[in-house]
Amino acid sequence: MHIVVCIKQVPDSAQIRVHPVTNTIMRQGVPTIINPYDLFSLEEALRLRDQLGGKVTVITMGPKMAIEALKKCISYGADDAILLTDKVFAGSDTLATSFALASTIAKIGETTPVDMVFCGKQTIDGDTAQVGPGIARRLHMQQLTYVAQVEKVDLDKGEIVVHRRSEGGVQVLATKLPCLVTMLEGSNVMRYGSMDDLFRAARYEVAEWDHKAAGITVTAQCGLKGSPTVVKKVFAPPARAVKAEMIKTEGKTPREVADALLTSVFAKHPKLEMEIGQ
Amino acid sequence: MSAEDQDQEQTPVAAAPRRGDGADLSVYHGVWVFVELERGKVHPVSWELLGEGRKLATHLGVPLSGVVLGPDQPATQEACDHAFEYGADSVYLMRGPVLTDYRTDPYTAGLTDLVNTFKPEIMLLGASTLGRDLAGALATTLATGLTADCTELRIDDETRSLAATRPTFGGSLLCTIHTLEYRPQMATVRPRVMAMPDRVPGKRGQIIEHQPKMPEEDVITKILSFIPDSDAEKAQLAYADIVVAGGRGLGKPENFKLVQDLAAVLGGDYGGSRPVTHAGWISADRQIGQTGKTIRPKLYIAAGISGAIQHRVGVEGADVIIAINSDPNAPIFDFATFGIVGDALQILPALTEALQERLAARKAAQ
Repeated sequence: MHIVVCIKQVPDSAQIRVHPVTNTIMRQGVPTIINPYDLFSLEEALRLRDQLGGKVTVITMGPKMAIEALKKCISYGADDAILLTDKVFAGSDTLATSFALASTIAKIGETTPVDMVFCGKQTIDGDTAQVGPGIARRLHMQQLTYVAQVEKVDLDKGEIVVHRRSEGGVQVLATKLPCLVTMLEGSNVMRYGSMDDLFRAARYEVAEWDHKAAGITVTAQCGLKGSPTVVKKVFAPPARAVKAEMIKTEGKTPREVADALLTSVFAKHPKLEMEIGQ
Repeated sequence: MSAEDQDQEQTPVAAAPRRGDGADLSVYHGVWVFVELERGKVHPVSWELLGEGRKLATHLGVPLSGVVLGPDQPATQEACDHAFEYGADSVYLMRGPVLTDYRTDPYTAGLTDLVNTFKPEIMLLGASTLGRDLAGALATTLATGLTADCTELRIDDETRSLAATRPTFGGSLLCTIHTLEYRPQMATVRPRVMAMPDRVPGKRGQIIEHQPKMPEEDVITKILSFIPDSDAEKAQLAYADIVVAGGRGLGKPENFKLVQDLAAVLGGDYGGSRPVTHAGWISADRQIGQTGKTIRPKLYIAAGISGAIQHRVGVEGADVIIAINSDPNAPIFDFATFGIVGDALQILPALTEALQERLAARKAAQ
């Protein structure tokens, strides 16, 4: 079983703050992390490999510093890692990104055929959830998004059964391999890598591929050229004019604080009092 | 396979024409809204989009259409009727057994066919689980631009193109995105971001019916069963009037009961921040924020949530925000209406108790 996992190195958006006075974002010192949604997919891929044998190859498209994120994946137990890095990919939107990644996966598959591709449900920086479906379409793979559970994989028959989250319930879907899966958050817990993998990661040399290595001969679909969307304006969200009314807590019991809060809230928003408990 | 063949293979077959290839984009005309019909019910985000689509269509002087795909059942006809009542001038309808339940392939094939036959200039879809699955597949098949999770849509008069504004970097920045050379211009909008339009009962229009071409034998993915959520699991979060949510500040999963208790007394629903949903304290569909649900309740209470930007983006539409956090510098106090610096584990039960007494008193007085 050969599984390719696509990851992305992203700034930790939980730590990005907007400067209260200048209303610009403060990115200094914000650490980069592996997109948290990717970890649920990586863990599921590792579990399937442990169960069924085979290997997990992790890929990402990005600058050289993304090697760090790929090495982290090796330390979790991934077998191989490839960084797709080339200036022709600069400025890629989701359509161009899915082209580059799909080409890379097709190239990887020439050596060892790919049975499954895992992607994060979405990223926490771009947040589009478009790249996974894009790769699936391009590689003519069945697309299984928002998977809560991989029920079974039958390699001999080339079949997979998953539970997919949909509105108001769960669809139990059966389909054929190869397929592309995006896992739902909370569907598993990322393992702690073994000491062996940790050492392996420290020594591991991440392969760096340019567009040629990925088998792309015509670059018209890459980067800015291959991106239908054009970003025309980037701006900070407007600041809130009114600050919170703080309820005093000094020398008060929690119950007194609660009563003081309700009195203030209902005094300013009398209609709300009739809404509660309905 | 040669490299040339491979490039060919990566190129979707149903790609719509583009200006760079000498195509005339002006043949693309009209605003379409995908009406998301699943198991006999239309997702309300479709009506919210018709409201938004109306403004765009009026500005452009073109018709607004709903697009309904579904089984040959009364609910599908009903979805068309409702689309007219929420503002559609016409409805493009595709029905058949192959479209009974949502699956990526027949829906993508059906919509691709409709788009390439009738050529809309703008196509809007809800950023729901279904809409996101479909939009990503459709945009790749058509090889056109797709802008996800837009918070504002308008027409740029200079280029006559759709100016789609969306948050990025977890909401720290907003960016406005255009698709200039390709048609249709696609965008998704999350539920509750746009207001629900008024419904005009009895309003009708023209239905243009088109047959699905994909036979069931060509659909590789089969639905074995559907497990509906129990009522207790059913999160109506996005549409709740009162929401209580908890974050890491609650310390451990068992303490989440304090959030649920308060929500129950208030007659509201509950949710949580990204860290606690990722840790599995509550189910994924209860996550509130840029990567989870957008809510616009009358009252929102956030306990032990620091209020990172990505959370703020999802709750800013609330009328009143009450924040409880032990850190006086937590960013949540920058956008809350009322704030308490204190231990949520003490304040939450106190608040539940105080409300219970007020409600009992109200009942006694009636």
